[in-house]
Amino acid sequence: MGKVFAFHGGIHPPENKKQSTRTPIRPAPLPKRLYLPLQQHIGTSASPLVNVGDRVLKGQMIAEPVGRISASLHAPTSGTIRSIGPHPVPHASGLESDCIVIDSDGLDEWEEHQGLEDYTSLKPGALIDHIRRCGIAGMGGAGFPTDVKLHLGDDHIVNTLIINAAECEPYITADDMLMRERADEILGGIRVISHLLKPSHIIIGIEDNKSHAIRTLRTALKECELNIDIRVVPTKYPSGGERQLIQLLTGLEVPSGKIPADIGIVCQNIGTTAAIYRAVHFGEPLISRIVTVTGDAVAQPQNLEALIGTPFADLLDAAHVYEDRLYRLVMGGPMMGMTVEHDQIPVIKTTNCIIAASRDEMPPAPPEQPCIRCNMCEQVCPVTLLPQQLYWFAKGREFDKAKHHNLFDCIECGACAYVCPSSIPLVQYYRFAKSEIRTEEAEQHKADHARERFEARQARLEREQEEKEARRKARAEEAARAQKARKAEPADTPTAAPALDINALKTAAAVARTKLKKAQKALNTARESGEGDLPALEAAVAAAQGSSDQAQHALEQANSSTASGITANVDLKQLKTAAAVARTKLKKARDALKNAEDKGLEGLDKLRATVTTLEQKAEAADQAHQQAEQAATPADNTPPTDLKALKQQVSIMRTKLKKAEAALANLEGEARTQAEQALTELRQRHAAADQAFKAAEQMQIEAAAAQGVDLKKLKVDAAMARAAVTKLERALGKTEDEQERTALESQLVTARDKAEQLNTTLQQHAPD
Amino acid sequence: MSTVITAILILFGLAVVFGIILGYASVRFRVEGNPIVEQIDALLPQTQCGQCGYPGCRPYAEAIANGDAINKCPPGGQSTIESLADLLDVEAIPLDAEHGEEKPKMIAFIREDECIGCTKCIQACPVDAILGAAKQMHTVITDECTGCDLCVEPCPVDCIDMIPVETTITNWKWPAPTESRNLIATDRGRGLQQEAH
Repeated sequence: MGKVFAFHGGIHPPENKKQSTRTPIRPAPLPKRLYLPLQQHIGTSASPLVNVGDRVLKGQMIAEPVGRISASLHAPTSGTIRSIGPHPVPHASGLESDCIVIDSDGLDEWEEHQGLEDYTSLKPGALIDHIRRCGIAGMGGAGFPTDVKLHLGDDHIVNTLIINAAECEPYITADDMLMRERADEILGGIRVISHLLKPSHIIIGIEDNKSHAIRTLRTALKECELNIDIRVVPTKYPSGGERQLIQLLTGLEVPSGKIPADIGIVCQNIGTTAAIYRAVHFGEPLISRIVTVTGDAVAQPQNLEALIGTPFADLLDAAHVYEDRLYRLVMGGPMMGMTVEHDQIPVIKTTNCIIAASRDEMPPAPPEQPCIRCNMCEQVCPVTLLPQQLYWFAKGREFDKAKHHNLFDCIECGACAYVCPSSIPLVQYYRFAKSEIRTEEAEQHKADHARERFEARQARLEREQEEKEARRKARAEEAARAQKARKAEPADTPTAAPALDINALKTAAAVARTKLKKAQKALNTARESGEGDLPALEAAVAAAQGSSDQAQHALEQANSSTASGITANVDLKQLKTAAAVARTKLKKARDALKNAEDKGLEGLDKLRATVTTLEQKAEAADQAHQQAEQAATPADNTPPTDLKALKQQVSIMRTKLKKAEAALANLEGEARTQAEQALTELRQRHAAADQAFKAAEQMQIEAAAAQGVDLKKLKVDAAMARAAVTKLERALGKTEDEQERTALESQLVTARDKAEQLNTTLQQHAPD
Repeated sequence: MSTVITAILILFGLAVVFGIILGYASVRFRVEGNPIVEQIDALLPQTQCGQCGYPGCRPYAEAIANGDAINKCPPGGQSTIESLADLLDVEAIPLDAEHGEEKPKMIAFIREDECIGCTKCIQACPVDAILGAAKQMHTVITDECTGCDLCVEPCPVDCIDMIPVETTITNWKWPAPTESRNLIATDRGRGLQQEAH
């Protein structure tokens, strides 16, 4: 037997353990309804795998772990899922949380399960996964997922495994009874853990008030090949605290903010080892635990093996509670447990004790009195903190200072409050301060995160703005460059260039014409007034006329060359414009001629000649245009055989006709007559196309009629059937009545069939 | 005489040496920007709501550094004012009601059936906490929402609600222990008097 060290402080409250150790562990009666909180462990809530109404078997996984630190959940008995929703849970807040509610069917029917035949041959990862699948979490009180602790060997050197059997809190005897009755299971579990962690020392720490359990364990150990050291520690609260027990057994202190594995130690609760044994050897997940039901208000204090999810009320009934004596219901021990307000709160994986206390046993807390700085709290603090100092800081909301005084090392054991002569609820102050600091930190974290996002967004908006600006600039530059190029082009490329710029030529011609006009005007005024240098002016007019003619000529050449050059792929639009231009020119020339004739001016012959040439040109352009148009629309004349194509053609014709009619309204004179001709032609074509379509349709109808089908009626019927289907579908979507729904559904099926049938017939006769 | 000259020379020499050291230090350890703005910004709640009249928390931090009042931040509330007063060593003053009241923490919630997908709220959100696309239903990423309310106003169909954050067992806080005042007879009278004032 090794040396036992000591830790600072500690108290000796009345044990009250004898009451519940008189009878052996008894299975609790099967409850009618079980409530399984999704979060029974430290870490992320489990995610449900079942739906309301599902039947589940005992041991079936009903919720899976989410993320690294999480635990799965299994059905403790067979039954149906009644609901998944909020229900009061064992939590200090008294709030509700999501639970899976199972209505038990009383059969307690197991899912098929079996243990691992030889776990030593498995890879450690696979074995730990099996334990994770069995939903095992620390059963001592904190509920830390066990698989995470078993992985500690991966990145830590674990030399000591400590099995916590101290059970230092008053009233609780669940671990004591487990050791007395199931020592072999405990040793089996230790074997599995030591196989995974391979520690050099295994120590079971147990308080000296459990002599029966110590005896049983020693006997069991005699047949065990493992080198397990049982160390009996003096009874003192809180020797069962993880860090305190480590200090008792090894003399080492776990540094602040570190975990025991950092100094090579892993601690497991004795209850957890038994659960691991059952999981590995029988494949049984964690679905039940031993709960001490005790207190003055129960007639038979005892340990019950209760299914997880059993409401407290059922366990109290099993221990014969005196309702009239029951003053306070406590979950956990009297030091660190919490008062619960509701007896429908379920047993969870960490519920080791339920105390049904009478008023005499746990009277209401006496009023808080001022702190007298007596220093008793400091003497009992197992973590050597300064409780009264922390109290002042918490009270004055100086949380920063409390933090600097290592508030977060406080294990909330309640020893300080127990000895306080002023009855100050010290632990409440610490919890309040801790949660304030945690909230503040969370808020700070959130604020930092928000700032980051805000700044990222600002940067993005700025960047987008810049990019937009850059794009805009690039576009503007591009446009400027293009304009420059356009300006430079006429100078660089004379009229002879192969790709003639008709537009530039046109402008040049227009400019020449304007010059000519101006010159003529000047000449006219000169003549009328009889002043000025007439010959010079005439010469200027002649020169202007010459250049204008040249320009015009060049333009016409260009026009004709483009017109002739594109016979292959006739540009109808261009031709049309050319024709129109020619016509306009002709008109203008005629006007000019008329004007000149009226006034009896000189150069009439020339003008007449121009008009004639222009007339010819206009005609030629018109002809070219019409030819091109005809060439472009050869398809119009070939009668399409396909009904669909015919239909399309008719509609195209109609549109064309309409357009032409609209255009006609705006035209006048010669152009109008021309357009009218074109229109008549179009009308004829439209009529022809229409006729062709109708004839084709008639043929189809006749063909169908020959087979005894009225195509028109068939079409109408099919459309109606389709409409009926959509209507029914919509009605089905709206209705909630179960009966109506089934009726509608059957109707829908028949309607669909009908529509389908009609459609196929239609397809056969008119495949469009 | 020579002692006096020696002393003067030594002092002069020291002055030159220290002058050089100080000159070098002022160049080498130059502080860029105004660190106080950073510190103030770190205390502000970063809701980016603009209730203070500035377009975000950082501009308000800059304004405070330039002498603006510290009581214009309703989301931060009294605790922010106190920490700002602590930092700047000024008197803590009550929140300026003109800029709004201190409200419980809220988050935006989009009634998704009514959303028409106009993206206006997305453009308004200072922290990109709204997800959606044109003509698609939008939704708020609850974890990212700062509860700044800026998305409520632009919504053309008023389908955004600000709902208080629900207390669950994960965000529940231990309440402060209630103090029992009435220990002795005189306590009772004094307590009442204090409350009356």
